[in-house]
Amino acid sequence: MTEETTPVVEPNAVEEPLDLVRLSLDERIYVKLRGDRELRGKLHAYDGHLNMILGDVEETITVVEINEETEEEVIRTIKNTAEMLFVRGDGVILVSPPSRTGV
Amino acid sequence: MTLIGQQVTVELKNDLAITGILVSVDQFLNIKLDDIHVVEEQKYPHMMAVKNCFIRGSVVRYVKLPASAVDTALLQDAARREAQQPTVPAPR
Repeated sequence: MTEETTPVVEPNAVEEPLDLVRLSLDERIYVKLRGDRELRGKLHAYDGHLNMILGDVEETITVVEINEETEEEVIRTIKNTAEMLFVRGDGVILVSPPSRTGV
Repeated sequence: MTLIGQQVTVELKNDLAITGILVSVDQFLNIKLDDIHVVEEQKYPHMMAVKNCFIRGSVVRYVKLPASAVDTALLQDAARREAQQPTVPAPR
């Protein structure tokens, strides 16, 4: 049989980093992604790849534009929303509770 | 709870977004979509003649799903169970 031989873990024990993500299920979280993108949404599911399903999400994309004449950098953000989003784990950099000043 | 038959929007890592009916998903999260249309067609005219497509899982950034088709309680439960007995072994 090809059964999992994972040692039995106390259901609520926090042992490894992914356990911290587990504590955020059904909570709003902040996710930093590759490509200067950030997500804020409610965590409904995740796996070991950090694939995630988020509900009620707002995506923020940060764009830096350089004014050719003045050579100044202009930082813009683009915001998008989605009611339910699957996020592929290979783009995830970090996961965190949202900042204190609100989601 | 399957999303097969639902309309979803797949956003790829090259910023292309494709809306279509979900036909199938495999273990690699490759996706097959039917009846597709490209979001922002003016910007990405490559697929005007394409009706169905296969998308390699590794090029997907997001899949936008209809919230009504998702049972969030079921998902959270599954994620908690997955945490105890991972189907993906933790990297060593």
